[in-house]
Amino acid sequence: MTAYVMCFILFLVGLYGAITRRNLVKIAVSLSIMEISTFLFFALIGYIEGGVAPIVDPSDPAKIYVDPLPQALVLTAIVIGLATTAMLMAVIIRLYRKYGTFDIREIKNLRG
Amino acid sequence: MKGMTLIVKKTTQLIAGMIFMYGIYVIVHGHLTPGGGFAGGVIIAGSLILITLSNGGDFLKLIKEEAGTTIVESLATILVIAIAVSGFLFGTKIFFNNFLPKGIVGHLVSAGVLPLYNIFVGTEVAASIFIIFLSLIIFKEESKE
Amino acid sequence: MNPLIPLLVVIPLAAAFLIMIIGRFIEEFNKYFASLVLLVLTCISFYFLFTTGEKISVYKVGGWEPINTIPIGIYMVMDGFSVIVVCIINLIGFLSVFYSISYINRYTAGNYFYSLFCLLIGGMNGVVLSGDLFNIFVFLEISVISSYALVAFGVESNELEASFKYQILGGIASFLILFGIGFIYWRAKTLNIADIKAAFGTGSDKTTYLFIQILILSGFGLKAAIIPFHAWLPDAHSSAPSPISAMLSGVFIKAVGIYVIIRLFFNMFVISEAMAVLITTLGTLSMVIGVFLAIGQWDIKRLLAYHSISQMGYVVMSVGIGMILLSRGAKPEIASLAIAGGLFHLVNHAAFKGLLFLNAGAIEYTLATRNMKEMGGLAKSMPVTSATSFIASMSISGIPPFNGFFSKLIIIIAAVLGKFYLLAVLAVIVSIITLASFLKFQRYAFYNKSDNNRNQAIKEVPFPMVFSMVVLSIICVLLSLLVFPEIRDAILAPAIDILTDPVKYSTSILVK
Repeated sequence: MTAYVMCFILFLVGLYGAITRRNLVKIAVSLSIMEISTFLFFALIGYIEGGVAPIVDPSDPAKIYVDPLPQALVLTAIVIGLATTAMLMAVIIRLYRKYGTFDIREIKNLRG
Repeated sequence: MKGMTLIVKKTTQLIAGMIFMYGIYVIVHGHLTPGGGFAGGVIIAGSLILITLSNGGDFLKLIKEEAGTTIVESLATILVIAIAVSGFLFGTKIFFNNFLPKGIVGHLVSAGVLPLYNIFVGTEVAASIFIIFLSLIIFKEESKE
Repeated sequence: MNPLIPLLVVIPLAAAFLIMIIGRFIEEFNKYFASLVLLVLTCISFYFLFTTGEKISVYKVGGWEPINTIPIGIYMVMDGFSVIVVCIINLIGFLSVFYSISYINRYTAGNYFYSLFCLLIGGMNGVVLSGDLFNIFVFLEISVISSYALVAFGVESNELEASFKYQILGGIASFLILFGIGFIYWRAKTLNIADIKAAFGTGSDKTTYLFIQILILSGFGLKAAIIPFHAWLPDAHSSAPSPISAMLSGVFIKAVGIYVIIRLFFNMFVISEAMAVLITTLGTLSMVIGVFLAIGQWDIKRLLAYHSISQMGYVVMSVGIGMILLSRGAKPEIASLAIAGGLFHLVNHAAFKGLLFLNAGAIEYTLATRNMKEMGGLAKSMPVTSATSFIASMSISGIPPFNGFFSKLIIIIAAVLGKFYLLAVLAVIVSIITLASFLKFQRYAFYNKSDNNRNQAIKEVPFPMVFSMVVLSIICVLLSLLVFPEIRDAILAPAIDILTDPVKYSTSILVK
């Protein structure tokens, strides 16, 4: 039970970082922390008592395996997270060229 | 961008080949051991990035590399979609079906269409991550001039 | 198992990568190929519109049949509600691509533009057609990442800042949705939408259920730009190129925001009165705050973006009224009327908001400015733009005989019949303020006397832009025919029937 609460606390840490930090790169890293907590939560869900890794062993037909579906979901979600982070980094590099600063309080052309 | 010293160049030339072979092993055994298309593709991209970082290269060479890699990536994706659609033409008329004969459990040549999917997805993921790296370096070179 | 259903997703994905290869060698290939692909998609979606009617078509990807009546494959579902949204996506996508044939000359990387556009259309089609919860998430991410790149397309400082804000808020929304999907899988042990409804049954374990509903509402509400999640919309929609603004504001916030909320809350969760009151309150707040923030704007595209928030508030408020009446167990006729008004307003808003953004793009193409104080006197030099803009402004304000009047009338009548008098009065007041705001737009842009002497050089925009604007204005006038009973029963009634009947969706899918 404590493992699930720890996942949620990690999610809240990432959310706090994304809201209050001023540096652009720190906001992007906080977003990565949020996504990693979600992956941990998915991997914890599929656990069955006394199970082993879900690779079929043809010599022992009565083994108990853990649930393989959340592992497939996490594999897909990791690739999606990689694409999101790469897109964010490209925009941050171009923003630095245009404005000359990494501080989000200086970047406020659009107002109102 | 500038390359690195002679010791770094020779060491990476020895190691990068082994990393490449390990990536191919992870991709091809995707239906027997954990791994598959995504993980193997990232390993292959790692070896390509290692060689580019240690040897350096001037601006025009990098642009030619990026053009070639974009074509490889788009071609691999079209082949993945073509295999998925070819379930329409051969075998039964269902999208994404597994229509080649499935062999014995545990052998390398088995499980129908899955090894083909793994190979093409691995190629595409490796090309994508290499393109991300090349684009960022080209942007830095371009703004230095 | 109709084999045309997965073609709606496969054709744009294959076309996007084909454009990347062939566009390097042949110069003009990408524009005309993209228009041809979208024309084929529009024809397929209209074929589905005329043949679907009451039945629900299910396509099991990979041919995995249910074992012991438990579904184990990924399902793609086409029923009366999704066929309306598919038609909107493909039709407005085709008109935007045709408009951009001459608009794209301002930018240099036209190859990437058409490839990203096809990925956006493919992702949205996938979200609307999917019957599986994680499949919705994957296609949502495909279309959302394409829209991040398209908003930052012309890389000036304004557009990069708008794209950065959009990406951070969109990223938080995606991870909230993923957390909610994790909780649903933990409780229900399955990911099929029809099967989850059967597993949740009589609302077990109240606290977890409420927590899941709030997570899903927050995540998809951030994508649909309801108050208080609206902070990214004015910057992103005003900085994008004009055909992309028309797609984002006219189609995107409906297909990945409002459609998924309506589908999950009516067909997957058991409706409770507390959540229905919360959704209605959020809709009313969006309606009122959106129009008050829009009055003082002098930039054309920011004005139109704030009005998008207000009109989406109409749709959410009307659907919320239907949910409250259904959860109390009253007679379903008034609830059906409220939901019919909401869906009709959804279709109307796609048509006239797309037309308004294309007009703003035409003005920007000739004058290179977006500030309303610097325009004036365009009615004589740009006659087609002026006439279509007049039709669109009268539609959005609710003047008869255009389509906005009929949909707002149905919403107000449903609110009065359900004894929500305060909501009806607020809807009328917001409509009057919308009229005032658009009369200001018409006067400053078209009918004012301009004080600079540059009217000699202004002429009408090129043919592809004129064609798209004229077709959209004809659709605006034709959509008002949907209020007659025969046409309404053919198109809107199957959609309302699937949403209000508590067991029809799940039993039709699980038995096949």
